[in-house]
Amino acid sequence: MTSAVALVFFYAPTDADQGIIQKIFYIHVPMAIVALCGFIAGGVFAVLHLRSGERRWDLRSYVTIHLSVVLAVGVLLTGSIWARASWGHWWVWDEPMLVVFLIIFLLYVTYWPLRFSIEDPERQSRYASVFAIMAGAFVPLCFGAVRMAQNLTHPQAGTMTTSGPASVTLTFLVSLAGVALLYTTLCTYELASKNATSKLRSLRRRLAGDDDFAAPARSAAPQLP
Amino acid sequence: MPIPDHAVVLRGAGRRYGERAALRDVSLELATGSTLVIFGPNGAGKTTLLRMLATLLRPHAGEVRVLGRELPADGWAVRGRIGFLGHEPLLYRDLSGRENLRFHARLHGAPPARVEAVLEAVGMTSRADDPIAQLSRGMVQRLAVARTVLHEPELLLLDEPLANLDPAAAAQVQPLIGRASARTRVLTSHDPAGGLQGADLALGLKAGRVALLAPAASVTTAQIAELYA
Amino acid sequence: MRGTIAALLAKDMALELRTKESVPAMVLFSITTYVIFHFGLDRNAVSGDLASGVLWVTLLFAAILGINRLFVAEHEQGGFDGFLLAPVDRTALFVAKALGLFAFLCIVEVVAVPAFAVLLLGPSPAQALPGLLLVLVLANAGVAVTGTLVAALAIQTRARDLIGPLLALPLLVPVVLASARATTPLLQQGGAQALPGDWLAVLALYDLVFALIAYAVFDFLLED
Repeated sequence: MTSAVALVFFYAPTDADQGIIQKIFYIHVPMAIVALCGFIAGGVFAVLHLRSGERRWDLRSYVTIHLSVVLAVGVLLTGSIWARASWGHWWVWDEPMLVVFLIIFLLYVTYWPLRFSIEDPERQSRYASVFAIMAGAFVPLCFGAVRMAQNLTHPQAGTMTTSGPASVTLTFLVSLAGVALLYTTLCTYELASKNATSKLRSLRRRLAGDDDFAAPARSAAPQLP
Repeated sequence: MPIPDHAVVLRGAGRRYGERAALRDVSLELATGSTLVIFGPNGAGKTTLLRMLATLLRPHAGEVRVLGRELPADGWAVRGRIGFLGHEPLLYRDLSGRENLRFHARLHGAPPARVEAVLEAVGMTSRADDPIAQLSRGMVQRLAVARTVLHEPELLLLDEPLANLDPAAAAQVQPLIGRASARTRVLTSHDPAGGLQGADLALGLKAGRVALLAPAASVTTAQIAELYA
Repeated sequence: MRGTIAALLAKDMALELRTKESVPAMVLFSITTYVIFHFGLDRNAVSGDLASGVLWVTLLFAAILGINRLFVAEHEQGGFDGFLLAPVDRTALFVAKALGLFAFLCIVEVVAVPAFAVLLLGPSPAQALPGLLLVLVLANAGVAVTGTLVAALAIQTRARDLIGPLLALPLLVPVVLASARATTPLLQQGGAQALPGDWLAVLALYDLVFALIAYAVFDFLLED
């Protein structure tokens, strides 16, 4: 699986021959799309968590948000590099994608302090889910508002069009698939790892006897019972 | 409203705090009109149990029935019929006793006349318009008792109700929350002799588990002392 | 439900009148911020988009003060328990607190907006007033709804004075954005222009979406 993902990644850049700047776009936009889907997914998992009360949904919500934030950092960095290359500035307010991602990044980055500062694990999960739902609904609203503001002052210019020669579209789609696969692979990996850790913990607890077992250190990550 | 035989029924009730069990496998039945006294060292789960019965905490395991209704699903149906007196008086410090009680009366749908009646009953009518922050702890506790019985609940849940009360004040609140009130009562106590005397059923908790459950008349103070060992 | 909301609101108003904790601080903060803007921007008068920006940023940060204090009494004096023990619909607490915050914001603006007109605004606001009021009402609604939700989230955390603003500010960006864009034409140097309807629509949409979300999730914040 992972090797297929890596292959896809290297295929994409080699296919594009429009200059190194455009190549960044093949990573920038797919990362943005996948990150946004990830944030929405985090919100959906949070809804499932609140409705069912099962902690595994909270774990899924946590993991998707975690990885989406990592991707968001990537979006901001690649966007910044692209801006520098295109217009000579490290940051441009004209690109709605960049602006929205900055706001979203600032919002989602508070997910960890929020989780960490609530000690009761049940309550931590519940509050994190409420946050994920609020933030998930906020993402499209924010996008819409910023886009609208940009359109009215700076009509869309300097952004890449999705229509173009077939090779561009193909490369873009392949990139998108690659990033999406990478994301889901990392999600699965992180979920499996957390599940294993908590199973190990619960086994140790059963061996040691409930009362002697030390409580786990305060953490922002959801703990499964 | 039908009166159930047992005001409180617990079967294997449990409550977690993260990985730790605050309460584990607690089972008991309390007949309507009786008094249950709970003993146990700090951290044994007494307050957790009381708060669970008050619908403030959801049970994580087992079955909890209060006044015939299952929690947490039917919590909304029993809330108005329970009176809870915890460690906090649940009164706003900047408002007066009267204002606080009027507020609680509105929330519980109790008539305003009840406010004056309970103020009279706890002997706080003369200081009813002073902000809570200016009152002594004993007076605040009396107002807290007033708040607890304001809506004439069927079940009283009392966490060390006589704390901060001098003997005179304690005697004054007895008709409201003591044996004489003729309501079903669950209370915690650190006083073995006094607690057992006023109760029908005694529960001893240790580390969240039931260490002792028997009719109060058959329990000795020595057995209670063992809980704290 | 209405009775419960009325009881909660009356209690909060009584407490605010008694303690005067939130509203005076918010008013004072607004006026001080205008002074700071004067020195920071080195301007005697602002108009157009600059005026719009100064006004909304100031109101936003004043609102943060109100948001931080919204549930403090409940948290510190057992108000949550007292409310949870009552046989009432729990969403009533959200509605009452949001209405209270809305009212506080309106009261603050009764002083802060004229103060802004006197201290910093170049053009006369008389013509702009009706449009401005409409934007203020919609914006206050958005801040009230989002602010109450964030306050409820933050009050249970250990670093609540920090978490509150960190959550509220990004979430309120669309409100600031839409409000500022809507008021810019109203505060133009040459006289008030027409009020842009589409930004009002954005505000209304934001208010609606967050009100619905709040209604759905608030219960989960209270239960244990």
